[in-house]
Amino acid sequence: MSSIQIQSPGLFTTVQDLGRPGFGPMGLSPSGAADPLSLRLGNRLVGNADGAAALEMTLVGGTFLFPEGGVVSLAGSDFGGSLDDQLLPVWTAIKISRGQTLRMGPTRSGARCYLCIQGGIEVNSFMGSASTHILSGLGGFEGRALRKGDVLKIGQPFMAFRERKISPHALKRLSPRKTLRVTPGPQSDWFAASSEQLFYTNAYRVTEDSNRMGLRLEGAAIPPHFKGPMITEGVALGAIQIPDAGQPIILFVEQQTTGGYPKIANVISADLPSIGQLRPRDEIRCEKITWEMARALFKEQEEIIASGELMVE
Amino acid sequence: MVQTVKEAWFQPASDQSLIVYLGTEISLETHQRVIKLLRLLEREPIAGVCDLHPAYCSLLIHFDLLKLRHDELEAVLRSYLDRLDEESLPEPRYVEIPVCYEGDFGPDLGDVCSTLRITPAQAIELHGSVAYVVYFLGFAPGFAYLGELPKSLIMPRLPSPRRIVPRGSVGIAGNQTGVYPFATPGGWRLIGRTPLQMFRSGPNAATVLSIGDRVRFISISPKRFAELENT
Repeated sequence: MSSIQIQSPGLFTTVQDLGRPGFGPMGLSPSGAADPLSLRLGNRLVGNADGAAALEMTLVGGTFLFPEGGVVSLAGSDFGGSLDDQLLPVWTAIKISRGQTLRMGPTRSGARCYLCIQGGIEVNSFMGSASTHILSGLGGFEGRALRKGDVLKIGQPFMAFRERKISPHALKRLSPRKTLRVTPGPQSDWFAASSEQLFYTNAYRVTEDSNRMGLRLEGAAIPPHFKGPMITEGVALGAIQIPDAGQPIILFVEQQTTGGYPKIANVISADLPSIGQLRPRDEIRCEKITWEMARALFKEQEEIIASGELMVE
Repeated sequence: MVQTVKEAWFQPASDQSLIVYLGTEISLETHQRVIKLLRLLEREPIAGVCDLHPAYCSLLIHFDLLKLRHDELEAVLRSYLDRLDEESLPEPRYVEIPVCYEGDFGPDLGDVCSTLRITPAQAIELHGSVAYVVYFLGFAPGFAYLGELPKSLIMPRLPSPRRIVPRGSVGIAGNQTGVYPFATPGGWRLIGRTPLQMFRSGPNAATVLSIGDRVRFISISPKRFAELENT
């Protein structure tokens, strides 16, 4: 059995796959990769299925020893990875020899980088997924972020190393956005036109107090809604809720499944992976689009991923 | 929007989710309809639906947007809603939850009692006097929203939430009560703690409580708490 040894975990590194949908009635959100698009592309580079478990690194990456070697890829933001002092490109399949150490650094672009390994990370599946759910301490590797000294099993390599990368053209079209496109929230009509205008014309800053559960934004306060009080209801991934203080919160992959604040908007599915690349202090804007457009953009994204020209050898 | 209890209306929540509202006020009748719709959808799943989030008066339905559109899902759901009246629910399950209200187990009990001008014994009796309804599970895995608390026990949330609430803590907030299944942040006032594991992990993960259950809290001693904790 091959393995990967965590010599230093980085700031916050967890095992993630594409999550476990379907347990809403138990109060469990799907969790899964914060930037599922990058995870899927990284997995494709090494020949894995889209949903194979990988390591999700946040802002600062770790140091990983491969006693038996392996075929890996780095996907998402550039964390300045290197192998024997040689800088590694992102979005490229990489061959790691026995006993080599992969060193990652601080991010040079967005918030998350995925280390995908051929064969995938092997952890006990919890409710059908390898994804770590930090709030409840379940799933992933012992339900927690990785620590120095952890040893994770990796699946056996199953195909020869192929030198390939994601096409620059596809990457350009899939690159993360700072202007998030949104559709109206279920309580959009609770906000005065002037409040909506405030929300859509101002930039908001991502605060330090943001994580996989939600991103707290800071900027022009949205005046209180006028129809309250609200009855707690189910909330969607990417919902932008406005608490009483008026500073928006975007609900993210490890979100609570229900909530009692009105939602002014919801990030479109095609832009959810971009949220996973937002760092504290990043400035974002929201742009309202139609339902039709939201569907078209998601379809277009999936077509790029399904295209035979996604990868170049 | 004006509608009677029997009506339902739809609201897209995101490009991949739709909320069905079955009422505008928290009531057992509306809640029963939420459960009926949930049970129907669990028994006869709609292709493309990925997840369901029931709450007091509504059900949020999460779907694959490559397979369904809001209007298509709405049309299918109308046929389900037409059958709600034929759907009968089994007798609710009764669940007893042992709670120790003493000392450190209920760090806010003292404050609650002095604010409400009652004794701890009265507070414990009040909390145990109701068969609560599990309205839904939310916030965290296995966290059940239970209602309704006796009027004389109603207190607002803490002004600022605790960073960490011990696992099993029993809290009250407004007219609701609930048990924290995990050590998480929490803003409810803690009046006791249960030794029960509210969310069992492992291959057959399960929650002690499910939507529609009836719940009673049974006061236990610290000695009994320790015994139950070790079983």
